[in-house]
Amino acid sequence: MNQGGPLLVLALCLLAPLAAGEIFYINVASQILIAAVFAASLNILVGYGGLVSLGHASFFGLAAYAIALLTTRWGYGHFAAILIALLFATLVACVFGAVSLRATGIPFLMITLALGQTLWGVAYRWADLTGGDNGITDVRRPVVLGIDLIEPTAFYLAMVGVLLATMAFLNVFVNSGLGMSLEGARDQPRRMRMLGHGVRMVQWLAFVISGFLAAVSGICFVYYHSYIHPHSLGLATSAEALLMVIAGGVATLAGPLVGAAIVVVFKMVVSAYVTRWVMLLGIVFVLIVIFIPEGVVPGLLRVARRFRVGAK
Amino acid sequence: MTAALEITRLSKHFGGLSAVDDVTIVVPGGDRRLLLGPNGAGKTTLFNLVTGELKPETGTVRLLGQDITRLAPYRCAHYGLARTYQILTLFPHSTLGESVILSMLGLRPERWNPFVRIRNRAAYWDRAVEALARVGLEAKARTRFGETSYGEKRRLEVALALAQGPKVLLLDEPLAGLSSEERFGMRALIESIPREITLMMIEHDMDTALEIAETVTVMHHGRVVAEGDRASIVRDPRVKEVYFAS
Amino acid sequence: MSLAFWLVQTLNALALGGLLFLLSAGFSLIFGLMRIANLTHGAYFMLGAYVGLSVLDASWGFFAAVLLGSLAIAVFGAAVQRFILARLGDRVLAQVLVTLGLSFIIADLCLMLWTGDPMQLAAPAVLSRPIEFYGYVFPGYRVFVVAVSLLVAVLLWFLIERTRLGAMVRAAVDDMEMARGMGIRAPRLFTIVFCLGCALAGMGGVLGGPILSVYPGLDAEMLPLALVVVILGGIGSLLGAFIGSFVTGFIYTFGQALLPDFAYVILFLPMIIILMFRPEGLFGEKSG
Repeated sequence: MNQGGPLLVLALCLLAPLAAGEIFYINVASQILIAAVFAASLNILVGYGGLVSLGHASFFGLAAYAIALLTTRWGYGHFAAILIALLFATLVACVFGAVSLRATGIPFLMITLALGQTLWGVAYRWADLTGGDNGITDVRRPVVLGIDLIEPTAFYLAMVGVLLATMAFLNVFVNSGLGMSLEGARDQPRRMRMLGHGVRMVQWLAFVISGFLAAVSGICFVYYHSYIHPHSLGLATSAEALLMVIAGGVATLAGPLVGAAIVVVFKMVVSAYVTRWVMLLGIVFVLIVIFIPEGVVPGLLRVARRFRVGAK
Repeated sequence: MTAALEITRLSKHFGGLSAVDDVTIVVPGGDRRLLLGPNGAGKTTLFNLVTGELKPETGTVRLLGQDITRLAPYRCAHYGLARTYQILTLFPHSTLGESVILSMLGLRPERWNPFVRIRNRAAYWDRAVEALARVGLEAKARTRFGETSYGEKRRLEVALALAQGPKVLLLDEPLAGLSSEERFGMRALIESIPREITLMMIEHDMDTALEIAETVTVMHHGRVVAEGDRASIVRDPRVKEVYFAS
Repeated sequence: MSLAFWLVQTLNALALGGLLFLLSAGFSLIFGLMRIANLTHGAYFMLGAYVGLSVLDASWGFFAAVLLGSLAIAVFGAAVQRFILARLGDRVLAQVLVTLGLSFIIADLCLMLWTGDPMQLAAPAVLSRPIEFYGYVFPGYRVFVVAVSLLVAVLLWFLIERTRLGAMVRAAVDDMEMARGMGIRAPRLFTIVFCLGCALAGMGGVLGGPILSVYPGLDAEMLPLALVVVILGGIGSLLGAFIGSFVTGFIYTFGQALLPDFAYVILFLPMIIILMFRPEGLFGEKSG
């Protein structure tokens, strides 16, 4: 498929907030990109792996809390904090993956949900460590190459960098040996085993990679908000990411971006104009399911193809 | 001479039913073995026991001397065992070429690597097209699985198995559901498989299968009731009894 | 910790278990028959409670509140199933998206119609009389809730095991193709069972009102509990939902009373361990 068109669209979307100039829109764009990386990480599991998880916020929130604690309480510099946070969240993903992948389908969903809720419960109650319902505040953004990321445009450009790196990796991943094996394991696990593939190991590796990327987005998230709360470990956050992935279109590269854009725009922009924006968002989801159940991106591609055929 | 496949006193029960009962079969290297028997004789169960998809209660399975009795299917694949299935279960979203690449990946270390692109790489693609050419499907390498005919899907099954370069290939009803023309093509395909690969086949279409086979083992109610070369089996009264009595 | 304390907590646990049974029996039936994980179920529970609240405010009485609460949700659920869910077949992801989307709509609708203030659903005086038993005093309403849930359990058992409708449900759960071949009209059966499941959730919401209160976020709190019950007890198993509900009720109630810091962990950790070794739940059927 021709890569030029989509890349152009992506470039335009990424430049648009800067062109608009207003700080508010630049900040919304940053949030979209953070959510997009989170959704893209979940898409590895849900879309390419066929493993629906309702606990992905675990790694997102753990990395965020790690940054908050390491930088505000324990005096670590940002570089060290980021490395430690990534390492910690990824190790937890290794363990959670091993536990969860003893099952597939609905039991897998339930185990991921249970693990996530357990973490959420711990974060809520262990107030001495996590601040409980108050969360942890005053997380400062790092200074990179002399540029303080407290400045919205600078932070946004950093997020653009993170997103592009993630997309570049995913572009290779879905066409790699592991990526192809993951999709094969999703479609025909029995057949894959007979062909020599270690299905569970493939899924576990995907789980860990997915957890790592979720941690990346969690780190960006806590830097953006300068604040972390147990909500970011909870079911609502995990469910939101799942909705972004499904609405945008699973097993596509652009799907998570579109899904993230829809949800964040509703939360941040539509909410300013429409009091009942939550209901409206729910209606949008229902309409997507009725008219383009495969998701927005595949749906739009389908429509585009019909136009092209019609034009001939 | 080590047999290619040596099944010794294999047994498997389901509840009170003996699906496979004290079965011993020795398949020498290069043999074209046909496993015959009426429905429920235990043939597919035997295949599942050999590949490791089912665990036997007693008995052993040796592949070129290597004990694979308790090994999981993916380990058996690495020792050189391949298998096709009675009911087609292939990759609905992939092209034929991609399916073959998946098969090739099963035995290669690249299957663990998330950092290197493989899907459209010339090296892999060319090998996949070669494997498809062996079954006459090279023109359809970029066709999606869903757009192929039933006969083509059956040939793809064989291509996936052959792409791994197995030592022993189990074919589970390769002729099922094919038209007479397709059956002719499939027979030619099976007969073109080199002697380095030992074949064991389950088949209901006796006429065609008997022409491909060199040795025949007949099963009934989970046990082996007759075994011999093609000519003697065709004449054997017990075999007729097995088929007409049930 | 006096004996009175333990007895009161036990009653609380039983009452919660009863409510959870009403909530999760429907969920389990819907999943067992239609393979739909109805993530809207918590919202149905909450909506039923709010409807019951309005009926009470209109002075129509508690019984009317329970009846209309259940009915309203049953009708709503029937429409959802007939016009939206039936078209999805077994597309799991679309189901997840639409059921969660619907829960958003219902939650915001409740916020809009009833405001965000937590409300107490008043239990009728006749049921709230304290009950004396061997010198110990128990809140009458909780006894009532336990009694109702047991009655519903018995009626459901009777429905599933002894009626023609139940036989059709059991046949379809076991083997859908075979059931269709025998002339069972799946679309109608699905709608009826979905209605029943939603009615039970709505009923649970109204009956739970005096105990749990009614507030935004009730749906998000109840849904994980329902999922715990169904997973512990096994999907599609009424007995499993029954036992799972009361086990969960006990763990949650005593957990909150004795170790409030760990209540959530105590609830979910056993579930994780059970799922690790028996993914089909305690009473579920192993799937292929």
